[in-house]
Parts: sequence; C-alpha cells; structure tokens
Amino acid sequence: MSSRKKFFRSFLGENPKVGKSVLPQPSSSTGTNTPYQVNQSKNITRRTNTGITPYVGAFGKPELLHLLRRSLFGVKMADISAFTGNTLEQTVDALLTVSSTLPNPPLNDYGNTISDPNVLYGQTWINAPYDPLLNILREKSLKSWFWNLMANQSSNLQAKMVLFWHNHFAIQFVDVPMASASYLYSKLLFTHALGNVKTLTRAITIDPAMLFYLNGRLNTKRAPDENYARELQELFSIGKGTHSLYTEDDVKAMAKVLTGWSINILTNPVSTSFIASNHDTTDKQFSSFYGNTIIKGQTGIDAGNTELDDLLSMIFKTDESAAFLCRKLYTYFVYYEIDDTVEAKVIQPLAKVFRDSGYDIKTVLKTLLMSEHFFDNWNRACVIKDPITQQGGLCRQMELAFPVTTDYAQMYRMFQMGVNYGALTQMVIGDPPNVSGWPAWYQKPMFYRSWINNDTLPKRNLFSDNLLVTGQMVGTAKIYIDPWIVTKKFSAPGTADTLIADATEFLLPLALSKKQIESLKEILLPGGIPDYNWSDEYLSATNVSDPNHTNSLNTATKKLRSLYKSIMNLAEFQLS
Amino acid sequence: MKRRSFVKKAAAVGAVLPLSLNGMGLKTFEDSPLLRALSRRGSSDGKVLVIINLSGGNDGLNTLIPIDQYSNLSKARSNILLPEEKVLAMNGTTKTGLHTKLTGLKDLYNNGLVNVIQSVGYPNPSFSHFQATDNWMSGSETSESWTTGWMGRYLDARFPGFPSGYPSTAMPDPLAIQIGNLVNLTFMGSQLNMAMAITDPNSFYNLITDTIDKTPDTPAGHELAFLRMVAQQSNQYATVVKAAAAKGKNMSTKYPTGGTGRKFQLADSLKIVAKLISGGLKTPVYMVSMGGFDTHSLQVDNNDHSEGSHASLMQQLSEGISAFQDDIKLLGLQDRIVGMTFSEFGRRVMSNGSVGTDHGAAAPMFVFGSAVQSGIIGANPTIASTVNVKDNVPMQYDFRQIYASVLKDWFELSNADVKIAMGGKDFNTLPIFKANQSSIDDYVDLVSQISLNRIYPNPAVNETNIEYSTEAGNIRISIYDALGHLITVPKEGWHSHGIYTLNVDLKGYPRGNYYIQMSQGEKRITASFLIQ
Repeated sequence: MSSRKKFFRSFLGENPKVGKSVLPQPSSSTGTNTPYQVNQSKNITRRTNTGITPYVGAFGKPELLHLLRRSLFGVKMADISAFTGNTLEQTVDALLTVSSTLPNPPLNDYGNTISDPNVLYGQTWINAPYDPLLNILREKSLKSWFWNLMANQSSNLQAKMVLFWHNHFAIQFVDVPMASASYLYSKLLFTHALGNVKTLTRAITIDPAMLFYLNGRLNTKRAPDENYARELQELFSIGKGTHSLYTEDDVKAMAKVLTGWSINILTNPVSTSFIASNHDTTDKQFSSFYGNTIIKGQTGIDAGNTELDDLLSMIFKTDESAAFLCRKLYTYFVYYEIDDTVEAKVIQPLAKVFRDSGYDIKTVLKTLLMSEHFFDNWNRACVIKDPITQQGGLCRQMELAFPVTTDYAQMYRMFQMGVNYGALTQMVIGDPPNVSGWPAWYQKPMFYRSWINNDTLPKRNLFSDNLLVTGQMVGTAKIYIDPWIVTKKFSAPGTADTLIADATEFLLPLALSKKQIESLKEILLPGGIPDYNWSDEYLSATNVSDPNHTNSLNTATKKLRSLYKSIMNLAEFQLS
Repeated sequence: MKRRSFVKKAAAVGAVLPLSLNGMGLKTFEDSPLLRALSRRGSSDGKVLVIINLSGGNDGLNTLIPIDQYSNLSKARSNILLPEEKVLAMNGTTKTGLHTKLTGLKDLYNNGLVNVIQSVGYPNPSFSHFQATDNWMSGSETSESWTTGWMGRYLDARFPGFPSGYPSTAMPDPLAIQIGNLVNLTFMGSQLNMAMAITDPNSFYNLITDTIDKTPDTPAGHELAFLRMVAQQSNQYATVVKAAAAKGKNMSTKYPTGGTGRKFQLADSLKIVAKLISGGLKTPVYMVSMGGFDTHSLQVDNNDHSEGSHASLMQQLSEGISAFQDDIKLLGLQDRIVGMTFSEFGRRVMSNGSVGTDHGAAAPMFVFGSAVQSGIIGANPTIASTVNVKDNVPMQYDFRQIYASVLKDWFELSNADVKIAMGGKDFNTLPIFKANQSSIDDYVDLVSQISLNRIYPNPAVNETNIEYSTEAGNIRISIYDALGHLITVPKEGWHSHGIYTLNVDLKGYPRGNYYIQMSQGEKRITASFLIQ
C-alpha cells in the first residue's frame, strides 16, 4: 500500500486492508547484496505523436507477434500459424471472441490425503458447505486452478483480461473467509472479462467476496462503512487523476446508497442478500463533480438494486471514469508513461469511444489494439512481463505438458508450481498485496520495474533454469520442458543460425546484437567450429536409425536446453 | 623413485631423514606412519586450479612435436608440417619439441614449470565435438551421457548443500568462475551449475564498473537498461567479485596489449583470473576458454608452415600462459596456482587436402605451475611410415588420470573422494605434481624398462609376432585400430625379467594400420603395424 493511502486511512481511522505478508522480502542473509536503487530513469528525449487512428501499415510477423505478446500469456507456435495470413482486424476480432462456456470449476485435489466429508476427491468443492478446516486447502486449489487458466489459456484475450480485472477489482483470497466466495468472484471475472464495464462493476459491487473484503456487508444505515464507497471511486471507477474531483461528502453519500447489502452464509455457496431494514432510505446528494445528482432514497426489497443502478449511471456519466479506465488499460497493454501527448492523442479519444459504446470492453480494446499508437515501434517491447506472463507464458510457449489425470493431487501440484514461483517473484494470483492491486500497474515511478529487483530477477531465471536444465520437483516427480517440441516447429532447426534466429524471434521481443547472437551460437558450436557440426548432430538426433542416434540425441538435447535457458536468462526475455 | 619430492617434503617439516631411505622407492613406505604424517597437509584451502579450454580440438602433433618421427610425419602431413629446424627444443630431450610459437611455454618448461602428458584420450573416443566435449567435461565415456561435470562433483562434495547456505562466512566467494562459454558442463553439480559465469572479459569490466552495454533511447531501451543493470547487480557474488577486482592487481607487463576480441580472449581472461586471486577471492577453480582450434582448413600458411591460424593460436596460448605465470610469480601467488589445458580431441595424423586436419583422438595436455614435476610423461606417438586417412594418435593416458591427479595431488582428496568425483571409477594418478608418490623420472624413458622390440612380419597377413622385453612385472599387450578402438588384449599377466615373443592371430581383421600398446602399470608404449 502506498504511503499516501496509508496516511489517508490512518487519518480517517480506518483499518487498512493490508495484505498478509505472503511475499518474501529481498534476501539479506548474506549481507553482501546491495538493494537496487531507483535512479536509472534517464529522460526519454523523444516521444511519439501517434494516436488511435487505425493502423494501416504492414501487418507482418513482427506486428502479429507484438499483438499476440501483449494479448496472451506466452505466444505458442500454433498461435502464430493460426493467425498468419489474417488481417489485423480479423486477428483482433478472433482475439476478442470468447467461448460462452466457463472453465470447469476447481477440484478437490487434497482428498487423497485429507478427506472432505462433503466432496469426493476429484470433484468440485465450490457448492460444498463451508468447512473451517478444509477452507485453506480449497483456497489453495482455487489459486492453482486460477494460475492454470492463465498459463494454459485459450488463444484469446479472456485470460489476460481476467487478470486485468483481478488487478483492477482487487481482492485478496486470504482475507475472504470462504474459498467458495473467492471462486464466485473469479467466475464473475471470467464471465464479464470482455463484456460491459458497468455490468461488471455492478456485479463486483454486490459480489459476496467483495462484500467481505471491503466490508460492504457491514455497511448499514446505523453504522455506515465507507470502505467500498471510497474504493469504488478511487480505485474502481474514477481514480485520483487531476480531473477526479469527487469529494469526501460523495464518499459518504455513496456509502449510504450502498447500505443494506449483505451475505447469506447459509446458502451453498454463499450468496448476496439485501436487508431492506439496513438500507438508508434518505435521498443522497452528490457534488458538482457528479452534476449535483440526487439519488432518490428507495424503500423495500428492490431499494438496493434501484439505487445501485442510479449510482452507476451517475458514475459512468462522468468523463473521468472512461478516461481512468482507459489509462489503466493503456498501462496494462501499451506502456506506463502517460504524458500530455498520450493523454490527448490516445486516452481522451479512446475514452470517448468507450463512453459512446456504453462501456463495451470489446469496443475499447479493439480500438486500442488496432491503433497506430499500439503498433508504433516506439511502444513495442517495453512492457516488463508480470510473473504470470513470464512463468505461465514460458510454460505455454515451450508447451510444457500439464497432464490431465485422475491423480488430481499431482495435476494440481503442477499448477501450484506456478503459484509458488509467483510468490517468489512477488505475484500470487488471488492475493495481490492490497486493494490497489499490484504496484506494477499503478505505482509511480517504478511501475513495471517494481517486479524486478535483485531478489526476484534471479528467481525468474531459476524458474526457466529448473524447467529446462536442472529439473523442477513437483511432488516426487522431476518436471522438464521438452525442448524438442518447439524446436521441431521452427523453420530449419538443423541450421544453427536459423535455429537461433527463429528461437530468439519466438522468445524475445527485441532483436539481439551480433555479439549476443555469437554468444548463443557458441552454445551450439563452441570454439567457432563449423556449422555443419550442429547440422550433423541434429540429423542424427532426429533420426532413430542413425547408429549414433542415442548419443546425438543426448548431446543435442543438452545443447537445446542450454540454448533456451540462455535465451530466457537474457534481460530481453523479461520484456514483452 | 621419489627422491626429489620426498626430500622436499621432509625439508618442509624440518625432519631429518636417515640417508638409508635414499635410493628406495617411496611406494615401499606408503604405509609408514611417518610418511603418512609427512604427506598429510592441512587442507587444500588457497589452492587454485585454472582450466584452459582449447575449444575445437587442438592439433597435438603440431603442438608437441615428436621429432624422432619426423620422416614419417613429413609423409603424413607434408602440407602443414613445421620445418624441423623451427621446432623449439625442450631441455633434456632431443626427441620432442614445441611449436615455433610456443616460446613462452618453452621457457616455462625449461624453467621447470611445465608437465606435459603425451597422447591423452580415452577408450573408443568420440569424434563429435559435442560428445567429446561432454565426455571431457563430465568425465564420462562415449557410451555414457552424464549430466554432472567432474568439477561439479568435486565442488558438490567440498561444499555440501550448495547453494543453500551459501555464500557463507567460510566460503563467501563463487565456488568456480568461468570466463567464456555461457554454459559449461564441467561445473554442473547435482543441483545446479556451481560456476559464476562471465560471458567475456568485457562483461567482467562492465560488472566491476557498474556499466552496461548501451541500449537505445526508447521505452524498450530504457526498460532493457534497467533489467540489465539489475541482472548485473543481482548476481549474488557481484559484490565480492567487485571487491576482489578493486583490491587485486596485475603486475606482469607481458600480457599482450593492443586489442580486444577473440585474439586477446585468453590473455585477457587469465589477467582477470590473476587479478581476482590477488584480490583475495577464495574461489578454487577457474575456467577460461579460447576457440578456433577446429582447423579443418588452412591451418598454416602455404608459404611458411610456422605461420597461419594454428600458429596464431599457439602464440595466443603461449603468450597468455607465460604472462599469467609471470604475473602470479610477481604477485607471490605462484605456489598456490596450477593451470591445465584440455581440448576435446586431437587431430588426425594425416593432414587433409585443405591444408588442415580433421577430428582426431589423443593429444598432449599441459599442466603448469611451481607445483608440477617438470618433464614429459609418456613416449612420443609412433607414426607409421604409410598412414591412412583414418589413422589416429592412440591414447597412452586416460584424461581422467590427469583429473584424478589434480584432485588427489593438488586438491589433496582421499582416494575415495577422487573416485566419487570421477563418477565411481578408479583412475591411477600420474606423476604430474610434486606431491605424487611417483617420480616423473620413472615415466620419461620407458624403453629401458619395457620395450616393444619388434613386430614381424610387418606388414602382416593373418598373423604377426611381437617381440618385447621387460623388467619383472605385470604386462598387458593391447591392440587398437587406427581410430583408437581397443580390438583385443592378446596377453596380460605376470612376467619375469626377459625377452618374449607373442604370436597374434589376425585373421578377420580389416586391412589398415593398427597399434600395439604395451603397458606395465602406468608405463605405456605403443608401436604401429599394418595388416595387408
């Protein structure tokens, strides 16, 4: 939590929602490491003037890769071949097309060791009664499930947008008493990821997990709790930009609008309820920022719904709400630096498109992802991957097998591996550090750079090192990426130069220097030996009837593992 | 006989030894408590091994030249052979010399600082760069594919549990540092690679000066610069390496100057190693590399065989080693450091039509430093009078014997620990180091003790006779094909002093050159013959 927010909250005597410290602190055990000091931000001397006009330049492989890298957690070879030959618009339309079928729910992956009286091993627990002893296992199962849906996503924007909304409407599963409520919240993100922001905000406002997390359930006419009302504006819809001029009285009035919502914990799963007797039925007056709107006090069982609708209409009528959301989308998909030019050329016109569409997420994304600004060279390769994109993405790119099996514990341990590395690199899905989400997407001046320090960067490398070279323990099994899967999909993997060109184009968003390429080639062909040595090795390794096949396969496999490990250890691999 | 080193050890502890011990093989006294006490040292702390990787397969016959084979060599490789008068003489022998450009190495040899091991290889050698490199780095054989390196296993045992608990007070520094190849099986332990890798000398200087390679003035360039800076700083050993670099120095003026890049890579890398050791880094193993040894074509100048690409490599090697040795002497570190060269294979006896040489088998290794027994271990390879394109230098010594010697006699491991580091196999040590139980004198001139006197008929059809003589001992006669594959062992067992003749049935063997190797313990000599 930023110091500003801390100050604000302590000033108001609130109990801040500070995430439990699940994140490891940078190791100081050796006493020799000096924490990285942020003083590297030299001024960029040039900016770009491009805006949201549709991009009309060539839509070749570099453009396709740029679009896919920003839209997916790791681009697969199959994604590239599937989209190659399509126009930009066809590609963006395809990325915006999402199955209406929701993912299968999380399963009981713990029943082989701890029995759940209500849920069989391998069945879902989402509708089971709350169980205080088993809840932590269900929550773990939920996070594993969530990570898997990111890393093993379909080839569209749904997963990336689910993470966007999870960061935007942040809750911490660890602070929600029931895993089933956290599941409902997650499901809601999948349902609305590419829907309508107003609808999504409405659903989130009265989502049981959110009512737990930001105390909406405690907000009654006798004891108003302003927590949600404040964050609804500050974090979810209006923000704290220069044009955000809502007042403290607006917070209070909004809290009153939202009184009466509660959670029925007797249903399975828990559900939202509205207790009319807790609802403040007076009229609510808002400031000039909201056009001096008065929300008429309602009574009865529909009072909460009616006033909530009025409230959201009022919020989304402001110019700032669309601009605020566009800035967050921009930070997520393009870059974090929003100067006056970007504000004028991109944010404001995009916000207008967004408002005019009635807050249709597909429309705003389509405009952004087809814009000349998005494809501007200036804006390529400048996003530092979040841990899920780095780790889940590399699993997806390298096609690490996640076997679907009736050994549910092991199946989920594979997903858990991702959650655990996320924790080591400061991103646990389901547990952002606080209600503001992850600092990478809001905290000046570091933004994305806050993912990277001298503790997390080596651990990012450890993930790829383990999966490629050393082997990653998952339960009692040692898991490896099979480096041949993608290698065989490249154009001419038996030619060292082509293999390196294909692999680096596939894995890195930036072209490498001649020196870097030479150093990668040194792995395949040490000491400057001629290229045919690799070709011979490759041919023998891929030909089972070659008399030297077994030896060549071993050697070539080692080399491929080293090659991919070295590419993934490059700083460039952290960029998207 | 072990007089020299025995006396040296005795002197080191100030013991006065009865002269009656003089003249008797030290091995006899292996079990004496006195000698055990004498040979036991405190620990190997402070000792450093510098491994020099000659990547690509060095032409051993054009490095250490068997002068007594010149007439046959001139038939086998006339288009590349050094003029005999340009071979550098080595003290104490007229049979063996060094390449013209190895002047620095020759001086070190003549000053008693170099041990040369002839014809080092392994059974059934691989001719693939990759498999051979894997074998040399892991310590495995062609039929094996090991995932750990010989130094990785050694460091695993010496620093248990690494990386958990490291850096520690006792070992605050990298266990190993490699400058060059990004990935190196040598240091692969059971859990992870134990070496801190420095891509090249330039990246080392980037590290110690906190600079990074320039990135473009774009958002991507800025994020990249940030990532590179953190990457450089996040190496857990960056601080100690920087401190050692700041504290350390170089004193030699012999390092070649005037450029960077591949030609200067070895000297520049060794210069860094000397600086880090003098700066107090406790790292016990360094590995530096130079490439370019895969000399399939134009390895010499047509007009002057003492010039050309291989000569240039010899010069870089010689200049690098002699500057380094000069530096560590001036720095007062020479008793703590030894260096060792290796290459994944030697090259074919016969040169090819492109004024080059193709992948071969055994080749010499050099171990240098004040701790070595100066001299040449083993005999010159025998070059047949008519060579076939497939003919190779057969091995006299297994490279793992050199590794075992380093571990036992330099790092002072027990036999059991050496065996672990060697992947569970036993290898006899050689008298490379002064600490070895044997004297190099026993290995220098084997002919007086064992001898392959005659092979007749030669060329042979269906059968041949081998006449050999020996001192009393266990003798083994082996026959290898031209590729170095062991074909048969026609004789093995105890012999009393005398001259013997062995008839060998050769029916069914393909035509070509073959080698007979006679061995008694570590003493080995070879001779070639032809089957028609």
